[in-house]
Amino acid sequence: MKQKNKRLLVLTLSLILFATGSVIILTNLRDNLIFFYSPSEVMEKKIKPNQTIRLGGMVKEESLQKKVINIDGRSLEEISFIVTDFNEEIKIYYIGILPDLFKEGQGVVVEGIVENNGIFNAKYVLAKHDENYMPPEINDIESIKDRRNDI
Amino acid sequence: MIFKFANPLKFQKLTDSIQPFVSYLALILLILGLFFGFFMSPPDYLQGETVRIMYVHVPCAWFSLMIYSVIALCAVFAIVFKHTLAYIISRACAPIGACFTIATLLTGSIWGKPTWGTWWVWDARLTSELILLFIYIGLMIIHNSYDDKSKSDRYASILALIGVVNLPIIKWSVDWWNTLHQPASISKFSSPSIDSSMMVPLFIMTFSIFCFFISILLIRIKGEIIQRKIDVLRLNQLK
Repeated sequence: MKQKNKRLLVLTLSLILFATGSVIILTNLRDNLIFFYSPSEVMEKKIKPNQTIRLGGMVKEESLQKKVINIDGRSLEEISFIVTDFNEEIKIYYIGILPDLFKEGQGVVVEGIVENNGIFNAKYVLAKHDENYMPPEINDIESIKDRRNDI
Repeated sequence: MIFKFANPLKFQKLTDSIQPFVSYLALILLILGLFFGFFMSPPDYLQGETVRIMYVHVPCAWFSLMIYSVIALCAVFAIVFKHTLAYIISRACAPIGACFTIATLLTGSIWGKPTWGTWWVWDARLTSELILLFIYIGLMIIHNSYDDKSKSDRYASILALIGVVNLPIIKWSVDWWNTLHQPASISKFSSPSIDSSMMVPLFIMTFSIFCFFISILLIRIKGEIIQRKIDVLRLNQLK
């Protein structure tokens, strides 16, 4: 019985030590573990120009614009929209195909570089899905907002 | 009470009577769950039909974590009490858990392409789930890498305990860090953000996969017990 208690003690102590170590490492690595920065964090951090970062937030309502531009004689559709965390806003420019679930008022993660003039040039745009699942019939804005407020 | 069934022989008698029952239950629930998932539940307002992948993905993800918890609990019992049944159960669990983890990653990837626009990203949730798969594979490798089973069992239970750190990371990664993966829809503290019509197939599938897990686990435990008996007989023959 004594041997058992000893093993249990050693086990508990080493697990506590190991867990504490992991917590310290994980808290210090936060900047490397997060998948994207919020607009506020980008503004705070003074991101260097031409550094690739990921930015995530909500696509601001009625901010999506599409216009045709000419680059090297080819006409391309340039998409621009504003990503917001309801505190700071950053305008995104993107040439390419948007994912199907990209929508105003929905979450989005963009990867790209902030250029010298403060413009965010996106290379990739990913739609971020939230945790709400519901049938199409009750898809009126109010019910979605109610659900969000509940959480 | 528990230790009464911790005797491998008595345990085997018990499992032999339960095994066919849970197997049929798993099959019936699977058919029912898939029927509800495909035909009796609505598409999502945003994702459309791809939401149905959830009915496989979410239960698999839950059980990839739950099976690891079982292994970790067995590891504690194995190290402290040196009980054979704990070694046997953790040995039986590892490949099943690995399969559920693979299923989680694959179905998640298939869902991610139409929803997010990418098959894979290195966010905290996806990466920690991949690490879980590597830990499972590591356990399986250790289980089979020594001729002396007691040695491999001991080393495997140490790895199993170290890997426990990964469990809370997987569970709460979506809350601790910004991830592309959405936070949990079902939690203890708030009403679920999944519509009730979609909860029905999700829960039937969860119970089906639970029964499936128990069924496979019992078969594997039985095989492991027989294997150990053969080992003992062989050893006696050599003497």
